[in-house]
Amino acid sequence: MRFLDTFFDGVVMAKYLPDLLLAIVTTLWLSAIIVIGGLALGLALACLRTLGRWYLTLPIVAFADIGRAMPPLVVILIFYFGLPGLGISLSGPMVLILVLGGVLAAFAEEIFWAGLTAVPKGQWEAGRATGLSFAQTLFDVALPQAIRLGIPPLVNRALAITKMTALGSVIGVKEILAVSSSAQSFSGSATPLTMAALAYLAIFLPVVILSRLAERRYAWSV
Amino acid sequence: MIEINKLEKCFGDTQVLTSIDLRVNRGELVFVIGPSGSGKSTMLRCCNRLEEPTSGSILLDGEHVTDCRGRALDRMRLKIGMVFQGFHLYPHKSVLANVMLAQVKALKRSRSEAEARAMEMLDHVGLAHKASAMPSELSGGQQQRVAIARALALDPKVMLFDEPTSALDPELVGSVLKVMKQLRDEGMTMVVVSHEMNFAREAADRVVFMDGGVVVEVGTPEEIFGNPKSERLRAFLSRLQPSGA
Repeated sequence: MRFLDTFFDGVVMAKYLPDLLLAIVTTLWLSAIIVIGGLALGLALACLRTLGRWYLTLPIVAFADIGRAMPPLVVILIFYFGLPGLGISLSGPMVLILVLGGVLAAFAEEIFWAGLTAVPKGQWEAGRATGLSFAQTLFDVALPQAIRLGIPPLVNRALAITKMTALGSVIGVKEILAVSSSAQSFSGSATPLTMAALAYLAIFLPVVILSRLAERRYAWSV
Repeated sequence: MIEINKLEKCFGDTQVLTSIDLRVNRGELVFVIGPSGSGKSTMLRCCNRLEEPTSGSILLDGEHVTDCRGRALDRMRLKIGMVFQGFHLYPHKSVLANVMLAQVKALKRSRSEAEARAMEMLDHVGLAHKASAMPSELSGGQQQRVAIARALALDPKVMLFDEPTSALDPELVGSVLKVMKQLRDEGMTMVVVSHEMNFAREAADRVVFMDGGVVVEVGTPEEIFGNPKSERLRAFLSRLQPSGA
């Protein structure tokens, strides 16, 4: 009984449910923007890198390496508390989108690039030998194969980064963790945190299952 | 048709091709033989600029292949079909889509036109019934025939074959050679790098023997196989058939 009172208190649940639902909506739209923006930017950077020009490759590699090395929380704090000193004030959600989207882009660029380098040279030669341009060979021949190779690691990264929206709690973004954690302080019950955990499961478990289906759908035997 | 003049190719300090001169006439099947590392494939790959020649020129119907840049090179490559040792079909596309892709993207044919042409070419290589299959579902011989259809669908003026049967199981070689023979009989201009000496004897108009990056001997199959002039060619042929048969 003590376990149920601590983690599943019905009264507390009813009281904070409306706030939590709003927080879920916030987490969802933040995640959607971060994932779509991050993957798109990562893909664009990997494509630019195939051009093999040092003045493109150098900044892309620097961005990918720094983005992957830096703890996102540090960057979030710098952006949110540091940038106003330069006269640049960004809202909490904006900082979250820029930093987490950027970090995802850094990982995605490396994953897309790894996929592109794994496409056999003969595929490029077949494309170019049949009169396709560099861009046509990239988009119609190499990239579809690279993306299929990249789906499992990309899904992992996208999940990891959307869970980091919880870092928004340190800069006042009213996402799931921030709302449930303040509810926990007010109510003195751990129940809101249980609700948060369940909310994360409700969001991410279907995504994980969907990604498994996607992997199967796009797999082909070689 | 094809005119190769003083072609040279270096990889770093290594000279791979030295002053290659070769003419291929319309409708001719020229067979290129030689030990591995003799530069046969490199010469072939220079003809559509998959390798960049170090110096010299290559002309197709009087047009410089070696001077083309950008879009002009892409258009030139449409006239030069190439078949690779490793097939290089696109694994994520069906057989039909493999044969259609460059028709639609590079030749700007409509999808229906490209599909009709693709089916015609697949029928030509005896694989119309595999149009909706994925490349991984085909045998090596079938994949290579699809690759030939993919190149033919672009209506090339010349076809280059880079060891087209070397990656095939022996029992599958025949089906690919049959398609090549058929192409020759239809008057396609072909340059074939291969070790299929029997096919060379049977189908080639001329045989080119390369060794150490130079053309050592050129002649009819009878001259090359029956009456080799150079010591190097004799040594090469005797290595192929130690029994002397």
